[in-house]
Amino acid sequence: MSKELRGIPAARGLARGVSRQWKDAAFVIPDAKPVDLTAEKQHLVEARHEAESQLYALSVQVSQQVGDAKAALLEAQAMFLNDTVLVSKAETEIDRGMNAEQAWHQACEYFAAQLESLPDETLRARSADVRDVGRRVIEILLGVQAELALDNQTILLARDLAPSQTAALDTSKVMAFCTAEGGSTSHTAILANALGIPAVVGVGDELLEIADGTFLLIDGTAGLLVSNPTLELLADFDQRILAESEQRERETEFATQPAVTTDGHRVEIVANVGSIENARKALEYGAEGIGLLRTEFLFLNRNKPPDEQTQFAAYRTILDLMETRPVVARTLDVGGDKEVPYYDFGVDANPFLGYRAIRISLDRPADFKSQLRALLRAGAGHDLRIMFPMIATLAEARQAKKLFEEAQAELQANNVDMAKEVQVGIMVEIPAVALLAEQFAPEVDFFSIGTNDLTQYTFAAERGNKHVSHLNDPCHPAILRQIERVVQAAHEQGKWVGVCGEMAGDSQAIPLLLGLGIDELSMSPAQIPSAKQMIRNWSFANAQDLAHRALDLDGAEAVRKTVQQFISTI
Amino acid sequence: MQQIKLQVINEVGLHARPASEFVKLAGKFKAIIQVRNLTRDSSAVDAKSILSVLMLGVEKDHEIELVCEGEDELQAIEALRELIESDFAGKF
Repeated sequence: MSKELRGIPAARGLARGVSRQWKDAAFVIPDAKPVDLTAEKQHLVEARHEAESQLYALSVQVSQQVGDAKAALLEAQAMFLNDTVLVSKAETEIDRGMNAEQAWHQACEYFAAQLESLPDETLRARSADVRDVGRRVIEILLGVQAELALDNQTILLARDLAPSQTAALDTSKVMAFCTAEGGSTSHTAILANALGIPAVVGVGDELLEIADGTFLLIDGTAGLLVSNPTLELLADFDQRILAESEQRERETEFATQPAVTTDGHRVEIVANVGSIENARKALEYGAEGIGLLRTEFLFLNRNKPPDEQTQFAAYRTILDLMETRPVVARTLDVGGDKEVPYYDFGVDANPFLGYRAIRISLDRPADFKSQLRALLRAGAGHDLRIMFPMIATLAEARQAKKLFEEAQAELQANNVDMAKEVQVGIMVEIPAVALLAEQFAPEVDFFSIGTNDLTQYTFAAERGNKHVSHLNDPCHPAILRQIERVVQAAHEQGKWVGVCGEMAGDSQAIPLLLGLGIDELSMSPAQIPSAKQMIRNWSFANAQDLAHRALDLDGAEAVRKTVQQFISTI
Repeated sequence: MQQIKLQVINEVGLHARPASEFVKLAGKFKAIIQVRNLTRDSSAVDAKSILSVLMLGVEKDHEIELVCEGEDELQAIEALRELIESDFAGKF
């Protein structure tokens, strides 16, 4: 019988498919007595190490898929693995005659139960993390870490999906996600948006009663889920899916075409890339280049910084893939919430305002120049551009450029083949730079506005903090005016301006950025086809009119409302 | 030996990310660091163990006691005091 369930729309789009409830791998804990206690303890040590490296690898993957905040959850789980009381409890149990699986299970259950008995709700929730980590180690000990085998066209149903689960999922077979719990900013929502598939979250426990193999229709835009639909509904739905896929096909067909407005104004559409895999995706979706190459991927998850040759090889692979398309490489942006074990950052009371990015690079000129040389060498024969993150003052910009020129001279002196006529720019993430844009413009070849940090610093509201997330909307006139200022200063001096924050891929923000005269938009590869199509539907004159109106509005909400009204009238 | 009593002013107490930060910081020092929840009259636990710290159940306005012993005990107690008194620099 046909049945409707409603939840929170988390990722737009329509899908049809067959349901599958998420289930963890089943296992039975063996009860054999260990023969050699020392060997049994050693098994546990090895399994914990394996679990730890899995969690760190997952955290890097998750940070690329959906961002650093979710990756932090996995790192927190890794902390439990090495917890002294947990480990010694397990070892005591082995001494008492338990095998490694039993002992670890016993220890994790013991502490999970203790956490559950506490009055505080957030603490009780941590017991799930302890069990999750417990399960991972036992699966490793038993060698049963099986991936969930999915059929094609699966609609995945779950209570809630954790980053540690989705990272290993074959997402090519998942048509949509539905979860019983979670909100529009949950891990599932972010992942679905990154994959470009629909998601409905917060449906309630009824979702978990749907039997595997049930035929489902999902409307991610409306937050609707229909099981066993009537023929009439199915026909209507299929029509809508067809229309939507035609729309996407049109977008993809023209993805490699440039984004030109109806009155002939062109905006360059490029991709944010954090790995070689990402770069391939960027080309598939029709990126005209890379607007932000995050070089951190080479530096995280290792015990010492990568040497020049390792960096050269990785940059070279990406630059070769991109052929002669422009590639803007951002020099190392660590610190803040991205720690690397080999740099001791000391203790920052507030990492986002602390020792990070260019501030660290300028204190380590040898490492900084090594990265610049690797980039310059890899850029030979390519359109390589370099930008510096977190610039706050002219002195920093000049110092970074001086080190860049030294790196060039060193290669020159040794007659090494390298990139010619490299553009050098800075990121605009700190309001001080936007305010003095006309002073910075003569020093650079381009600006790239990092709207995520610019918004966080303008409103003094940390990005990852949900209590202040309402303050973090870049469509606010306070941000739009800074962007206007930067564009004006740059264009007066013949320089170009890009935007590489989340804002660049936000369908409501694109007309505003277009109207403010932004030359280049850099976004997740999957957002490129629809962003291009959007620009083709606008005229530059209309967008300018809209942007100038938005500058005088009194808040982000008013701006978004005006954009919506404008879209419905043109 | 260094000893100090502190009031936790964080909205969520010593849970979740604040607890991780606290344990991570404690782990940077060589000294043996013990912490107990005076408000709950708990016994002292290892401040470098995340589970132990979570299980102290430290909530907003609870008073805790820190005891550090070892070559860098002074730096350790100062750093942890700073972290608690600054309310984790307002991060959480």
